[in-house]
Amino acid sequence: MSLGFVMLCHTALDRAAQVARYWASRDCPVVIHVDKRTPNDQADRLRRDLADLTNIRFSPRHACEWGTWGIVAATQEAALMMLRDFAEVRHVFLASGSCLPLRPVEELRDYLDERPRTDFIESVTTSDVGWTIGGLNTERFTLRFPFSWRKHRVLFDSYVTLQRRLGVRRSLPSGLVPHLGSQWWCLTRQTLSAILEGPERAELDRFFRKVWIPDESYFQSLVRMVSSSVESRSLTLSKFDYQGKPHIFYDDHLQLLRRSDCFVARKIWPQADKLYQAFLSPDAAAQPRAEPNPGKIDRLFAKAIERRTAGRAGLYMQSRFPNRDREHGRTAAPFSVFEGFSELFENFETWLGKAAGTRVHGHLFAPDRVHFAGGAEVYNGALSDSAALRDYNPRSFLTNLIWNTRGERQCFQFGPDDNQKLTQFIAGDPHAQISVISGAFAIPLFQSNRNFGEIRAEAARLQKIESEFLQLLRSNWVKARVRVWTLAEFIESPMEPLQTIVDEISPRSMRRLTEVPRMADLAGFGQFLQNLRNQGMQPVLMGDFPAGADLPAPGGRRARPYLVK
Amino acid sequence: MAARPQAFPLGTLPAPGRSLPRLWQDWRLRLRRRILIARAIRKRRDLARVADRTGAIRRGDILCCMVVRDEAMRLPHFLDHHRRLGVDHFLIVDNGSSDGTLALLRDQPDVSLWQTGGSYKASRFGLDWQNWLLLRYGRRHWCLTLDADELLVYPYHETRPLPALVRWLESQGRDSFGALMLDMYPEGPLSAQAYRPGEDPVGLLRWFDSGNYSVQVQPRMRNLWIQGGPRARVFFGQDPRRAPTLNKIPLVKWHWRYAYFNSTHSALPARLNAVFDETGGEVTSGVLLHTKFLPSILAKSAEEKARRQHFADPARYQDYYDGLIADPVLHCAAAREYTGWRQLEALGLMSRGGWV
Repeated sequence: MSLGFVMLCHTALDRAAQVARYWASRDCPVVIHVDKRTPNDQADRLRRDLADLTNIRFSPRHACEWGTWGIVAATQEAALMMLRDFAEVRHVFLASGSCLPLRPVEELRDYLDERPRTDFIESVTTSDVGWTIGGLNTERFTLRFPFSWRKHRVLFDSYVTLQRRLGVRRSLPSGLVPHLGSQWWCLTRQTLSAILEGPERAELDRFFRKVWIPDESYFQSLVRMVSSSVESRSLTLSKFDYQGKPHIFYDDHLQLLRRSDCFVARKIWPQADKLYQAFLSPDAAAQPRAEPNPGKIDRLFAKAIERRTAGRAGLYMQSRFPNRDREHGRTAAPFSVFEGFSELFENFETWLGKAAGTRVHGHLFAPDRVHFAGGAEVYNGALSDSAALRDYNPRSFLTNLIWNTRGERQCFQFGPDDNQKLTQFIAGDPHAQISVISGAFAIPLFQSNRNFGEIRAEAARLQKIESEFLQLLRSNWVKARVRVWTLAEFIESPMEPLQTIVDEISPRSMRRLTEVPRMADLAGFGQFLQNLRNQGMQPVLMGDFPAGADLPAPGGRRARPYLVK
Repeated sequence: MAARPQAFPLGTLPAPGRSLPRLWQDWRLRLRRRILIARAIRKRRDLARVADRTGAIRRGDILCCMVVRDEAMRLPHFLDHHRRLGVDHFLIVDNGSSDGTLALLRDQPDVSLWQTGGSYKASRFGLDWQNWLLLRYGRRHWCLTLDADELLVYPYHETRPLPALVRWLESQGRDSFGALMLDMYPEGPLSAQAYRPGEDPVGLLRWFDSGNYSVQVQPRMRNLWIQGGPRARVFFGQDPRRAPTLNKIPLVKWHWRYAYFNSTHSALPARLNAVFDETGGEVTSGVLLHTKFLPSILAKSAEEKARRQHFADPARYQDYYDGLIADPVLHCAAAREYTGWRQLEALGLMSRGGWV
């Protein structure tokens, strides 16, 4: 028993001829339909090219505009010709001019011989279809579509809207349950002849003439009325992008197509010489046989759709510039911001780097320069330490840094003396972990050797900036993970917060901290705050420090919190 | 009217509205576009035909349009590279070359050549000439507008030539394609190695900056404004606003009513500038490997410094030229070595979008 191919062609007829020759010379009859809109000389050349093969026929030409009846009419006539002229054909395979056999046709024939009664056609009820783009599912059948979608889009759309508004519905022919599916099928002689020679064909044709995209529903629906054994899948591999347009296969898809184990694929780029050469060569049968499995390559195409619609989170570049709230992640990875820690602890950066196993930056937004980890002048991605470059576009600076260091947690110091332009951006980022020891900015002032008048003015300025920051962090829209301690609170029990922070940065190394950072010497700090108060400034962010008295630290020696088991 | 921002930073791009000021703006841009086209038509008189093979242009051919001056070094490889990509015809204006560029181009079978002694600056940095050639020959063609020191690469460019790319773009309903200009530089001082014509310049200029680009969108035409790279890092560290613009729209399916506005960084009508996705997704885009920093840059910078034909305000760029003449090292510890388009795609400098 034999297998016949019906080919619908409109461009790249030389490739179509190549494929038709491949099938016909392997004892599979081919009926070719050439679109009426294809120039005659091209069609004639195709005829001449294939004139030496006796089992190739050309069916009468119809104009096949996408979405219209012409394609179905062409298919019907070509299929009838196949059934009439080639009596030995049992399965008819519908293919297009841009299809390419991926496995030797003998394998396909054997596969079908083992399933002599099976119709391979994707056929899904309209209510279950998830893949139609543009929203027309059931309405393809219940509305009328007299206007061309390609040429008269406005008329098409407004007529659909009008019918929806008026509630006009066509009644379905009795017994017809609308089904949709890929237009590329492989049907048995019995089924196909039952569809094409059935007594109700005239009525059904009249109905489908006004259905939208009938080539995706005509055979798919009718096969359910006549076939006893429908295998609802297409033997033709085709993949669609997020707009429902078919993906084209190029030379670089060679391995991918091999892996799919499918029999036929579309669409093939006409200039893909390597593909045509590889799959049409006589020795292409060298691979082991396997069940067709288009799922094997689905991941790649699913990822492509995701890349097109969701993009890579945290990447801002020439073809991805998301609006607010459309970012799918404002930055590429979680990062930590520390305010007041490097002021309170003398070696905080090195300590944190060791404890959390990551590189820790200084004040990235410092006014003089960018303090990258290790004092680097250029960092990953060739980010410069120039403060002017950073301040020119601080958002790009931060998102670039996080993007460039994907896979390595970024931690940096922040403070009221730094560029504050980015506070909103960071606070609204769920990736940010912000830890603040409020009032710690006073410690460097306390240790400095400046005139008290200057210190007082500076403290007032920094306190104002820090309270604005803290107020921002209390807003209801904040998405960052925020922790705030006053200085007094923090030095009372520093270990617990440090442990929490480190655990959060490197959750896998759930070990207790063994080494602790060295705290700055705060003897006399209470008095310093009192002096500020006496000078008319109100230090509020530090919490309660007893004026004059020494710190609550044990024994009056330099506070260095040790672990108590 | 309230003061509009100079540029929208990340995350603040508002949706395009339909307000009265917006309509007024649209009208002004339309006027501006007409002026640009009128200029292009007037400036056609600057161009003297040297070799006109435009009769060979077929429907659907991909054209490449450019203005050159003393590029005999780069052109052999440039032409090779873009022929391989699938450019069918080159439309080239020679602006007073003295190094044999003219002779080289005259004999190429797929080059149509014009010559002009006109002022580069007075023709808006060659743009009027390019706009004219595009208007005259580019209609309904996909046109690539490049400089001689730019090599286009895009996802899968080795296996999918430009006809495949433009078919993909058309299937996506796009008629413009964005590409980032990526400054390539050598490992040592710029003058350290010698370049022979015909060689791949990327063999010498192997390094680039992978992630220091500032991205903004300018409100008027909603076009990108990307700056950064080694030039911003080395020469404009104190005045980043003046750093060169790196985003380009080199590939457009041309219509005679289109016009490039500011080099190929932006074009009118403004919808051509929408080469990026605003909803978080990625659109297919490419990279122009910028081979400016071949050893000849030293002599060229000295010449350009004296000619004052580049930049609207050349006086402000004298330090930049001095910096280049001093034979700087652009390479740094964080520089990346170029290995191919997949690397650029993975780094996020360009994107395949939904094209696989």
